[in-house]
Amino acid sequence: MGWIENRFEEGLIVTSLDWALNWARQSSLWPMTFGIACCAIEMMATGASRFDMDRFGAGAFRPTARQADLMIVAGTVTYKMASRVRRLYNQMPDPKYVMAMGACTVGGGPYFKHGYHVVKGVDLIVPVDVYVPGCPPRPEALLEGLMRLQDKIRRQTIARTRPGEVGSLLQV
Amino acid sequence: MSPEQIAEILKARFGDAVIAADMGAHPQVIVAAGHWPEVARFLRDEPALGFNMLRSITAVDRPAEHVLEALYDLLAMTPPEGAPDGYWTARHAFAVRIRVDRGDPHIPSVAHVWPAADWHEREAYDLLGIVFDGHPDSVEDHDGLHPRRILCPDDWAGHPLRKDYVFPIEYHGIPGTTEYETPNPVH
Repeated sequence: MGWIENRFEEGLIVTSLDWALNWARQSSLWPMTFGIACCAIEMMATGASRFDMDRFGAGAFRPTARQADLMIVAGTVTYKMASRVRRLYNQMPDPKYVMAMGACTVGGGPYFKHGYHVVKGVDLIVPVDVYVPGCPPRPEALLEGLMRLQDKIRRQTIARTRPGEVGSLLQV
Repeated sequence: MSPEQIAEILKARFGDAVIAADMGAHPQVIVAAGHWPEVARFLRDEPALGFNMLRSITAVDRPAEHVLEALYDLLAMTPPEGAPDGYWTARHAFAVRIRVDRGDPHIPSVAHVWPAADWHEREAYDLLGIVFDGHPDSVEDHDGLHPRRILCPDDWAGHPLRKDYVFPIEYHGIPGTTEYETPNPVH
């Protein structure tokens, strides 16, 4: 949560401010330079010139969690990696978003049954905003996931909300 | 040098320490675990053999025979003659198999003979639980003195590639799946 969210009663004149804030946030989503496995190859392709993620304002991959808004968990999360992923998430400043990219992060994927070392979905470790299935997802799929995340950001409000309510940034 | 000649040299030198020889598609000898470091040093230092490269260590679990195996793939490389930027060429290849009891698997480390063995032995300990005595990167805990794990977390329980390995239900509060209720999933 940032300093401004959840301070104003509903009905207060915040819609234009909401619009401006959300427009700024959705148009400058800075992802973290963070790839765990093969999905990261597709994520790199998405960031490169052919698919050009920067068209949607999400091309500035930040080398530190402190400057990032979006964590694209691109790849298999092992139990050994889980605590590191969690720490990176905690280091990100609010508002922060998580995209689970690929079958492994959505729910264990091909390692669901026989992967003794794989976390069965990254949502067991960090709250996930958008799930992008695929093994690995095509760059178009990742861009689609990014646009769905932008839809989600557009519905946010800084008015006082309850956790889980539409537009709320509070976690359930 | 042919694999038969290599096996002959080893048998002549070490006698009963060379338990058996297999000259099939993957030529190899079985060596007694206790004699392995001296055999390894001989394989590397004898000019006629010159196995200066350890390609890999493969570990196998054979519960039916109550045996754990380690297979060392060796390669003899010749440096380029004259031109310093030339290619190294392979002279001959050979393999050595060590078989130890599954209940108390101990093999002397050869990391001091081939430095490449360091990480391979750590992996063989991590996944199959073969203890390499005298390993340069050993730790001591409730499992005794053994090489440090390399892939799994340091506090991992068990050795995942053993045939009777039981999958963890949860790890540090992160749940696994209910599929694990069958301890040995059918592949």
